[in-house]
Amino acid sequence: MQCFLTERSTMEKMSRVTTALSSNSSSSGINGVTMFCHLDAPANAISVCRDATQVVVAGRNIFKIYSLEEEQFVEKLNLRVGRKPSLNFSCADVMWHQMEENLLATAATNGAVVTWNLSKPSRNKQDQLFTEHKRTVNKVCFHPTEVYMLLSGSQDGFMKCFDLRKKESVSTFSGQSESVRDVQFSMKDYFTFAASFENGNVQLWDIRRPDRYERMFTAHTGPVFCCDWHPDDRGWLATGGRDKMVKVWDMTTNRAKEIYCVQTIASVARVKWRPEKKFHLATCSMMVDHNIYVWDIRRPFIPFATFEEHKDVTTGIVWRHLREPDILLSGSKDSTLYQHMFKDATRPVDRANPEGLSFGLFGDLAFAAKESLISGDSSRKPYGGGDRRNPIFFFKKPDLTEQFAHVSSALSVFETDLESNRMDWFVKTAQLYLLSGKPFADLCDHNAKVAQDLKRPQVSTTWTMLRIMFSDPANLTMSGCSSFSMKDLAAERALERSKCENRLDNIHLDPTNSHITNVNEENEETEGSEGQAEYMFGDAELDDDDLYSMEHDNTTEQEEYTLPSEGFQLRHVIVDHPSAPEHLQQDRADSPHVSGNEAEVTCLTPIESFSLISICQPLYSPQLTASFFCPIVTEMLTFYAEQGDVQMAVSVLIVLGERIRKEIDELTQEHWYMSYIDLLQRFELWNVSNEVIKLSTCSAITSLNQTSTTLHINCSNCKRPMNNRGWICDRCHQCASVCAVCHHVVKGLFVWCQGCSHGGHLEHIMNWLKGSAHCPAGCGHLCDCLVVRESPVFRPDLDRPILTWLGLELPRPDQFLARTGTTACPS
Amino acid sequence: MIICTNTMDYPLRAQCQRVQKQMVVNGEKERVSLLFMKALVSRGSVDTVAQQMAVHPHYLESFLRTQHYILHMDGPLPLPHRHYIAIMAAAQHHCNYLVHLHSAQFLRVGGDPLWLQDLQAAPARLRLLDQINKVLAHKPWLTSCAHIQALLKSGEQCWSLAELVQAVVILAHCHSLCCFVFGSDADSNCSSFSKSPNGTSPKFCFIDSANGNTNVPPSLSSSPDLITHRRSLDSSSGMTCLKERIQKSQEECEKREVRLKTQVLQQADLEEEEEVICSTDSSRFITDPDFCYKEFAQRDDDHFEVFRVQDYSWEDHGFSLVNRLYSDIGHLLDDRFRSVATIPSLNTHDLRRAIWNYTHCVLGIRYDDYDYGEVNHLLARDKFYIKAVACFPDTTKTPGCRLSWTSLKPSEQIHVNLLIMEARLQAELLYSLRAITQYMIL
Repeated sequence: MQCFLTERSTMEKMSRVTTALSSNSSSSGINGVTMFCHLDAPANAISVCRDATQVVVAGRNIFKIYSLEEEQFVEKLNLRVGRKPSLNFSCADVMWHQMEENLLATAATNGAVVTWNLSKPSRNKQDQLFTEHKRTVNKVCFHPTEVYMLLSGSQDGFMKCFDLRKKESVSTFSGQSESVRDVQFSMKDYFTFAASFENGNVQLWDIRRPDRYERMFTAHTGPVFCCDWHPDDRGWLATGGRDKMVKVWDMTTNRAKEIYCVQTIASVARVKWRPEKKFHLATCSMMVDHNIYVWDIRRPFIPFATFEEHKDVTTGIVWRHLREPDILLSGSKDSTLYQHMFKDATRPVDRANPEGLSFGLFGDLAFAAKESLISGDSSRKPYGGGDRRNPIFFFKKPDLTEQFAHVSSALSVFETDLESNRMDWFVKTAQLYLLSGKPFADLCDHNAKVAQDLKRPQVSTTWTMLRIMFSDPANLTMSGCSSFSMKDLAAERALERSKCENRLDNIHLDPTNSHITNVNEENEETEGSEGQAEYMFGDAELDDDDLYSMEHDNTTEQEEYTLPSEGFQLRHVIVDHPSAPEHLQQDRADSPHVSGNEAEVTCLTPIESFSLISICQPLYSPQLTASFFCPIVTEMLTFYAEQGDVQMAVSVLIVLGERIRKEIDELTQEHWYMSYIDLLQRFELWNVSNEVIKLSTCSAITSLNQTSTTLHINCSNCKRPMNNRGWICDRCHQCASVCAVCHHVVKGLFVWCQGCSHGGHLEHIMNWLKGSAHCPAGCGHLCDCLVVRESPVFRPDLDRPILTWLGLELPRPDQFLARTGTTACPS
Repeated sequence: MIICTNTMDYPLRAQCQRVQKQMVVNGEKERVSLLFMKALVSRGSVDTVAQQMAVHPHYLESFLRTQHYILHMDGPLPLPHRHYIAIMAAAQHHCNYLVHLHSAQFLRVGGDPLWLQDLQAAPARLRLLDQINKVLAHKPWLTSCAHIQALLKSGEQCWSLAELVQAVVILAHCHSLCCFVFGSDADSNCSSFSKSPNGTSPKFCFIDSANGNTNVPPSLSSSPDLITHRRSLDSSSGMTCLKERIQKSQEECEKREVRLKTQVLQQADLEEEEEVICSTDSSRFITDPDFCYKEFAQRDDDHFEVFRVQDYSWEDHGFSLVNRLYSDIGHLLDDRFRSVATIPSLNTHDLRRAIWNYTHCVLGIRYDDYDYGEVNHLLARDKFYIKAVACFPDTTKTPGCRLSWTSLKPSEQIHVNLLIMEARLQAELLYSLRAITQYMIL
């Protein structure tokens, strides 16, 4: 299925009509250009008067009013008077009254709240001074409609409401939490104001009830530096915090609900809703980042517009007019005051990559790209959801800015056939592949067959190819051999070799051929390429050994206990591996087919033989050394791994073993192993994953099996940890692991019931359970689930009992039951 | 059979259990013991500093967490470098205790013993830090973006911003810790050993705590004992008591020595290395011994403006910057500053604020919203003590520089020291972070 989505907006159509970007179309009737002026000192805050003709800039060392002319700022008034102005002039915040154009309020860093009356005839316009706060006042806020009401929020944790006709505050609100960072009267609710705190809380107060907040919620982790009510929507409050987030809360519901969240790159110092745009807000940051961003909160990942003029952090932002969305004023620590025009903003969207790709839960693939890129695709059909992205706006004015952001993209959804995308093949392959335990050629054949059965011809062919490349020619069909004279020779040589390599092969071979061995002994000697012969031999012997011992053990033990094979297989490998060299020698000696002499002969590889090869054999003959193929095999492995079939890469790596290992760098190998093991574990193929870990040659991988292999045990009598060595608990002086059947200490495999904690010798318990489903200890428990563990093994170096599973995977109880079929659960 | 999954290593666990036994298991104490156990596990020792702080467990927790994070956890600087920087910082205040402690740790994390000979033996990159180290230790207000620039300017020995921030945090941490060490006499055990006339090698005092191969001395590890011990010291605050204590600790030391000799034999090689360190003092890590604190108010020129907290505060600015350049450290430090402020002792908020602001004041940081007249009123004579601890901790041992609030409980005295330490830490951080901010704007 493919479908097509256009994000074309109605706004965009409008913008085509009005080509000129212009301020003359704006309702406020304000014109302007991007402009700036230098201030004498860093600004801390700015505010505009109601008619948007003047702006006040306040800071530690500055307090001035500028008028906004068409193309420049003009200083109107310096409110900072006196030779050595007091700290009352050091402003943390400033606000111009929105009703009364002569009234200003500042928050001083020394804790004073000061009001200023511009209509005063004297040079000093200071009107009232409230010194009720003990700490720096962070914010002052006039009531939007009430002339004489002023609110302040201070570092001391108090908010105070002042009636400007009185000398003192009329009410004090105690947040009962830390410093107040911002206070804002609600635009719509006459009595409500919001306060944000340094500890991350936001509180809602009713101005008439100073005793207790109406509502409190935690908005951010760390301080909430700012908050702003939505100018139109009464329920929306935007907050910005040190945690680099801007959140929009819906306050109409019972619990404040976070409806939008924008992640910025630095702590958010100020947030201001953009007039006339329901979903836009401007932010600036407290540290590091000097830009001003305008966000569309519905698109939180990329700023809608950016103003990049400032050289130091922006400390104050304000939209010039309540009805004018295109002009933003800002003051900064770099001692400049800017007027930003929206048309000059940078649009990160333009530089963004509008292509997107995503996988669905069931393997569906969605792909969105610019319409132009996908044009010409006839099969798509328009998606009927275009309008939904542009909810009804509360204004009639065309949204000119949309012309910037307009991107219509085509969204294609590719449904995947569930069947084809299944990972069944992976699971089956993982389970069926043989990675060790057989001669190389057999492994390849087996794996090729597995792949074939799973309808993966390429993989299957790869296995076959590998066999051809790395096997000895005798095992091949010799189809590629052209030199007739060489054929016999090669075949014979290979026969000989294969004998060394694997006895099984020898058995299958025509026994009559063996006499050639003697005849061609010289030839064999000369033809063997040294390195290969040597390690092939060793390798093959090891394989043999594994195979034999495993078969042997499996059969015997299974007969005895009918236990799950994996429990033993692995254990034996571990036991046997260190002793492998001994076996090797044994085998050599025992082997009826390979004499000790022969073995030595194959290992010895005279140098002169090399010249012989080069003379008598064409390059292209099957005598090509395996190393000849290594580069291409390496390439092949990388190809598979990069294609995502890390399974193939790892399997081949393991099967080829020494033949290829040195060709691929350790880190890559490790990476493949890790990915494959991770995959296997996700599919819960624990056994396979363990096998892979065991067979891997990377130290980092094999060590995976050595982690968390220690089991600490408690004494079954006193339930205390068993600290000492041996089998006797040093606390209660009792033997800890006593067999419930024979009452002897179990040294070796211990099987116990997870239900009643009784257990004993594996053999004994098995026998017991054949006759009874109840616990042999007589506790009356129906022991249906058994788990095997090894008894403490004393290791002198560790000086405490250590229980190691050594790669043994704990069978889950149900698995165990299923495999052994000992006792059915009676319940 | 019950399987208990306890991953703890055995010898350590045994040690922890011993510590645990010594602790009275109830409430706060339990918390402290848990912290000590953690410290033991992570570093193999509970140093005297931590034991002193244990009276304020909540604070101790965040202190240890920060210390562990900056010295042992993920960070841009290699572990030996961190300890070396700590050594350099401690040497500025002649704090042998910390120098020894970090020298041992330096060697333990695989540092080159040669470096410990003197500063010149260290790589040039670390030597470059000496300048900012010196300035931060004695005249933090001189920290400027020129220092930062010098370190960051590209070249073979240049620092990355992230490394520098970690280095600065370590420097500030160690400088301020010196204040605490001297202020609370945490090093007295150590120094008393070195002064002991009977020829006891001073090495044992810190090897003991640094190696973690011996038990924590009983008198130090059991906190109730410790508190009574300290109380007796503080209440009389006389020299007799001090003498007593020195004598006592000498005896202890001798006892321990016997114990050590039997226990430590297998670690002899390590000790030999460390013996080298102890034989010399910390001055070899200092280049300019005359550079020391000068009254901020009487600084020569008015060139350096008063640092106004309202313009650059930890909460608004410092935190964001440090957290950005050295992830998570901001939260940890924030937690430290918060917890020191909320310690339930020194009940008057005003007193706490006076100590904090006065400490900042002597380092050149001013609060617009604070009336410094209060300092005179509340702190009176103790101003000298605070100033001494904050600015030249190495001279606090000179007589006449003790807290005169005899009414204060020992835990409250420790709180005073903690406040000074944290205030100084914040001050140094503010200065250096402001310099970095200025550098970034350039």
